[in-house]
Amino acid sequence: MTTADGTGARHSWGADEHLFVELDEEMSLQAYFRSMAIVSALRDRRPEGVIDICPANASLQVRFDPDAIAPDRLDALLREIEAEVGDAHDFELETRIVEIPVLYNDPWTHETLMRFRDNHQDPDGTDLEYAARINGFDDVQGFIDAHARAPWMASMVGFVAGLPFLYQMVPRDRQLEVPKYIRPRTDTPPLTVGHGGCFGCIYSVRGAGGYQMFGITPSTIYDPVQKLPDFKEFVCFFEPGDIVKFEPIDRERYDELRAGVEKGEISIRQRPVTFNLEEFTADPDAYNRRLLEALHAD
Amino acid sequence: MPIEVTKPGLSTTVQDRGREGYYHVGVPPSGALDQFSLVAANLLVGNPEGAAALECAYMGPELRFTDPSVVAVTGAELEPRVNGEAQPGWTSFAVEAGDILTFGHLKGGARAYIAVAGGIDVPEALGSRSTYALGALGGLEGRPLQAGDELAVGAGADGTAGRSAPEDVRPALPNEVEVRVVMGLYDHLLTDDGRRTFLETTWTLTPVADRVGFRYKGEQLDMVKREQPFGAGSDPSNIVDAPYPIGSIQVPGGVEPIILHRDAVSGGGYAMIATVISADMDTVGQSAPGSTTRFVAVDLDAALAARHERREREDRLRAALA
Repeated sequence: MTTADGTGARHSWGADEHLFVELDEEMSLQAYFRSMAIVSALRDRRPEGVIDICPANASLQVRFDPDAIAPDRLDALLREIEAEVGDAHDFELETRIVEIPVLYNDPWTHETLMRFRDNHQDPDGTDLEYAARINGFDDVQGFIDAHARAPWMASMVGFVAGLPFLYQMVPRDRQLEVPKYIRPRTDTPPLTVGHGGCFGCIYSVRGAGGYQMFGITPSTIYDPVQKLPDFKEFVCFFEPGDIVKFEPIDRERYDELRAGVEKGEISIRQRPVTFNLEEFTADPDAYNRRLLEALHAD
Repeated sequence: MPIEVTKPGLSTTVQDRGREGYYHVGVPPSGALDQFSLVAANLLVGNPEGAAALECAYMGPELRFTDPSVVAVTGAELEPRVNGEAQPGWTSFAVEAGDILTFGHLKGGARAYIAVAGGIDVPEALGSRSTYALGALGGLEGRPLQAGDELAVGAGADGTAGRSAPEDVRPALPNEVEVRVVMGLYDHLLTDDGRRTFLETTWTLTPVADRVGFRYKGEQLDMVKREQPFGAGSDPSNIVDAPYPIGSIQVPGGVEPIILHRDAVSGGGYAMIATVISADMDTVGQSAPGSTTRFVAVDLDAALAARHERREREDRLRAALA
């Protein structure tokens, strides 16, 4: 079972091909960091028979071939690594910070949210108005400022290909929380910036969704035909551990950026950073300021 | 050279054994939902067992061949017809240039596999030709077939007509099935009563059944009332978003269990309560809406033994068609 000292883990079999490990029932950067530290140690050992290693918000999953690695052996290996990692206080993440421009309150998500008003908690307002109100902001602009001010960590990539789940790097009392739609929509514009529970996301493809819709980014984040320069190596832009800063833009800038992205002339701004949880926890605001300096250093 | 798609069927996609190693960024394995039938179709026409074939759900396509070829249809009971003349299933048959392949009505199962000697030749995406439609990846332009499509066939085919898979290795396709599951993941969020209901209910597959997931209806499952952990969401079936195993069963709101299959959404915030064992995923893939399923709880050792038995059945198929 998970334990109060932040070193426990609950193991469970997803039948004969998956080992699921829950590090905490609650979301926290601490739990996420333990997940990343364990995943990183397991990847370093590259055990035969391991097919996929999926870190998630406060858990992880290993997909394996039981004909190549005995489940008991994999289970024992994971427990050994968990003991080594402990509470992961000294784990440093070599990652990158990326800038995602956002046109908040854009016409496309607005058209979509109006179409699905019957599925929403507040049929008379917009998703942004609802989110601002229930989080105690005087107006939508105050909410947007909080959403765009502090960076977010991509604590899980998935649901569909390349979709980042984002956890804002602020203390819990400043977390933005908004319930998902009462009934999921059957449509979401691609590149919608959404929010459900304490998680933000960027929808990588058009499709169903239940997260509140706040805006849209001109930056392509998934390119299955690998045509654009950001996708030379791989179809998905995001990886677990990426740090994301949203940058509010206006319509004119959106159109300019989108045209540039489509022509392959504009790439997502990104700079390498090392993230240290202990230093972050000691003074999150100062630490975030340093991260943003790294993003804008040149 | 190419095969012309004159009618696409309901949902026909190019599939092979799937792509592995990208689930951590949300790209699921994809590939044939009934892997045994895919392997059989390929072996019957002399292909490597992982060659790309067509998977068609509930209804066959209409295909026009522009070159002579050898074809085999396995999986669901969906009678193949060449220029209207019935051909046996699980048996390779020859087609000539200009021949039209059509299909009868579905008599059992849900998905048929059409293998052509040489394999369906679409470009590989991340190491596989399988279609992942949600992500517009792989297959033919990342989507199900449409009328007017042309399918290239791989070179070096040397198929022989008249080869047949032994009757005793072909899957039975009853309308009522038992599917073995390993309980776990978040099954502690079910009350004892909810757990009992899950295992004692005869579930009916709804029309919401595709390559992503299979949704069943039956009884409401009672879930434990608890104070929800931070970040989990307010419904008792909500968890902090976590990875979803292929074959895992989630129960949003305690109603209508969903089994995720090979085009799975890779993670999310609904509690999973069990996972279908790997040996029974083909059976799930052959379930059609309206058919019924009972979930039978087994332990990990039984799941591994079933996996071994399935492997032996595949080996018998290989031996017969070697």
